[in-house]
Amino acid sequence: MYAPHTETDVKEMLQAVGAQSLDELLRVPDEIALKEKLDVVPALPEYLIQRRFEHFAAKNTGVNYRSFLGAGAYRHYVPPAIAALAMRGEFLTAYTPYQAEVSQGYLQAIYEWQSYICLLTGMDLANASVYDGATALAEAAIMAFGATGRHKLLVSRAIHPNYHAVLRTYCEGLDVDVEELPLTADGVTDCSGLAEKLAGRHYAAVAVQSPNFFGNVETPPAQALAAMKESGTIPIAVVAEALSLAALPPPSSWGAQIVAGEAQSFGVPVAYGGPYAGFIASTQEHMRRIPGRLAGKTVDSAGRTAYVLTLQAREQHIRRERATSNICTNQAHCALIATMYLALMGKTGLRNAAALNLARSRELAGAVASVAGVTLKYSAPFFNEFVADVGRPAAEVLAALQERNILGGVDLGRFYPEMRNCILMTATELTTSGDIAALATALEEVLHVPATV
Amino acid sequence: MSPQPSDRTAVPPIFELGQDGRANRYLEPGKPLNTFLPMNLVREELPLPDNSELDVVRHYTRLSQRTFGIDLGFYPLGSCTMKYNPRVNDAIAARREFSELHPYVPDALAQGALEVMYELERSLSSLFGMAAFSLNPSAGAHAELAALLIAKKYFKERGEPLRENVIVPDTAHGTNPASAAMCGFKVISLPSNERGRLSVAEVRNVIGADTAVCMMTNPNTLGLFEDEIAAIAGAVHQSGGLMYYDGANANAIMGYARPGDMGFDLMHLNTHKTFTIPHGGGGAGHGPLGVAAHLVEYLPVPVVVRKGSEFRLEFDRPKSIGPMRSFWSNFAHAVRALAYFYANGEAGLRRVSQLAVLNANYLRVKIAEFLDTPYPENCRHEFVVSAQRLKKEHGVRALDLAKALLDFGYMAPTMYFPLIVPECLMIEPTETESKETLDAFTEALREIVRRAQTDPESLLQAPVTTVVGRVDETLAARRPDLRWKAEKSHN
Repeated sequence: MYAPHTETDVKEMLQAVGAQSLDELLRVPDEIALKEKLDVVPALPEYLIQRRFEHFAAKNTGVNYRSFLGAGAYRHYVPPAIAALAMRGEFLTAYTPYQAEVSQGYLQAIYEWQSYICLLTGMDLANASVYDGATALAEAAIMAFGATGRHKLLVSRAIHPNYHAVLRTYCEGLDVDVEELPLTADGVTDCSGLAEKLAGRHYAAVAVQSPNFFGNVETPPAQALAAMKESGTIPIAVVAEALSLAALPPPSSWGAQIVAGEAQSFGVPVAYGGPYAGFIASTQEHMRRIPGRLAGKTVDSAGRTAYVLTLQAREQHIRRERATSNICTNQAHCALIATMYLALMGKTGLRNAAALNLARSRELAGAVASVAGVTLKYSAPFFNEFVADVGRPAAEVLAALQERNILGGVDLGRFYPEMRNCILMTATELTTSGDIAALATALEEVLHVPATV
Repeated sequence: MSPQPSDRTAVPPIFELGQDGRANRYLEPGKPLNTFLPMNLVREELPLPDNSELDVVRHYTRLSQRTFGIDLGFYPLGSCTMKYNPRVNDAIAARREFSELHPYVPDALAQGALEVMYELERSLSSLFGMAAFSLNPSAGAHAELAALLIAKKYFKERGEPLRENVIVPDTAHGTNPASAAMCGFKVISLPSNERGRLSVAEVRNVIGADTAVCMMTNPNTLGLFEDEIAAIAGAVHQSGGLMYYDGANANAIMGYARPGDMGFDLMHLNTHKTFTIPHGGGGAGHGPLGVAAHLVEYLPVPVVVRKGSEFRLEFDRPKSIGPMRSFWSNFAHAVRALAYFYANGEAGLRRVSQLAVLNANYLRVKIAEFLDTPYPENCRHEFVVSAQRLKKEHGVRALDLAKALLDFGYMAPTMYFPLIVPECLMIEPTETESKETLDAFTEALREIVRRAQTDPESLLQAPVTTVVGRVDETLAARRPDLRWKAEKSHN
């Protein structure tokens, strides 16, 4: 209970209102009134609440394991300055900045976030954030449906399977079809049949991810891009590991018109899946279709620089059923954290972090590939994760590693039945040589025990 | 009282600070990128500034000082439930066992996280009278979308794909019709009656074999309890449709009424309203989605299930609409919401609703002394006032009153919503504000109304004490400047 009322307050206020009791003010028709005792957690004093959560915390033993998990949620170094700044009450307890005159700071931070996303992706504009990477892709698809009036979508099989699943959930509502582009033997999107597919002009967009779900860097081939251009199909780029943007050419360099991404890597903790911050960036032509809030720069009545939420005629609170999206609350505070991360790291820090991710993941790949029975499935350039084929069911191998306090990666059989012997392994700047040596040794032990099946 | 610092000098964008190479040494230096990647895959330019940590800390500290939050003052924002955000919740959520837990950690090593989600889910189900909740949706509007996807699938499987109408009252939040449109439903907006409520007669006029869902919030956005709700739900059910409860106003009913008992089949709760999760300047939110027994199978995946003392994430649910987001939940918010549940328990939550309603009524009767209240009866957690008479007689609009409140150090109420009240201000004080705060706010508003009557010109310029004056929204929309660009001279 965080209410300040004394009994005297309550008595005086009831009197002012002219009510006999609190029950009188809250009464509801008898046929729907609550009559039973509830089954909710009990009230505890604050110190015992903390103790209760110590109990929960102690059962999350996974945080103490050596971890090679990634696959859309990445462990990166987070400077403590971010928490000190982002947890300031002015930011933390603000509502959406509708009252611009008392929200200039937050509005400027959102404008800076939009600018950072534009500079990183090479796009013309970006929104104030969406829920996460998966919903960013779904909203990007909706933009493409609106822009083209078409009702089909092509997505790469190498897009994060969760993003793909969310896209399908959304598309059920929109009555649109999602089709998949297959993989090449190199673990990138097979665009060979694309030109013929697109010639009928039935597809609103083609979505590809880079680095893709298997870690491989992808650039759509020139022929595929020409076919998209020819048929008026919108190229959508998906970015699940935003730190890669510091090292790889931006999606604008190959002609993406919409970029849908996840900014969790920029200072946002993995936190068992959320909250994170999705982003959508696009070329100028899609400005009025972009969903959610946009902060813009303008002037005040005295001509001073000022910021404000703008182009609100796209949004649900103005346009209701004709809005570009239903999104209202987004992920402002996570986007703020990401903005602070980018400011603190700077160009030099980001490039350096990217270089360390490249280095550690190659060190890891070399170490696991040297274990007899393990092969690297693909030879394409990767960023900070890759696929290791362990020659027997990955689930078994991962379970055996787990007994040695190691989370060896993500079992790809969970998403791709043909990859049940494959593990997606990730190394970031936080992965140590000790971690890598421990994994290699453990793999050696595990694989040299005869399989139990 | 005024939280604004006197410094009105604009803060230059972060991109105009710093010098190349002024890097912070958070990590050891790595090798050049082309050591690892072929040259054609190495980005040539990364046009971001390098700043010292001190400069960054000063920059965002200054931006924070130009931002109003609950921690600075009263936030009477109707339908947003801007109550105190207890710090213990943040402290708990920041524990490394929660913040560093990767979503793909095997269930056996994440039992604490799963138990948190399970306890929250069970407690929410009881509090709101639903069979089960999903913690998957990221915000209220996201849960609405999930609910309508459930409805769509439910009707399709029942062989009734032609149910295409979604009914919303004219007092509904804008997300309701927008969510319906995203699922291809047609929106039918119903007028409220002279009592500010939806009447069952009005609903009966439009329901039939084409009715999919009726979306309502109760109390509604006028702060009035929809007292015909049982009859409305009965009529909608009889027509074969489903009832959806928009939980934005749930702070008014806890311990007194439950959406499940009112006849709702689906609902969401904005834990970033009722359950004190900080709004963070526009999210992240958290929108648990509750369903009645006949819709449990359709919930988004994954769902946390319990077997004995073991918890696990269940993905294999053939009738599910699928996942709504990348990973399981805005988990850090589930932690905060459960901590808030523990701070209250059943009796505490009932007390929360009692005092939220008491505060709203107290403020309403005091403000009614000098502003028109179009629905002069006891309200629930919020109420509306109209500045129409001030506008007619003195040319002062609701907007001007709202902006003047900023000069007194208060956040403005929600303006021009609900749409059916002309020159509307919608006020929700929440239970965490003291009588003294409500009294001081009343006197500030009284003074503003007095000025409107005696010196209306003075209000048209408000706010005057803030770091900027009224901003030019027209210019912003006509010449959109949505990002920083380097000056030409730097190119």
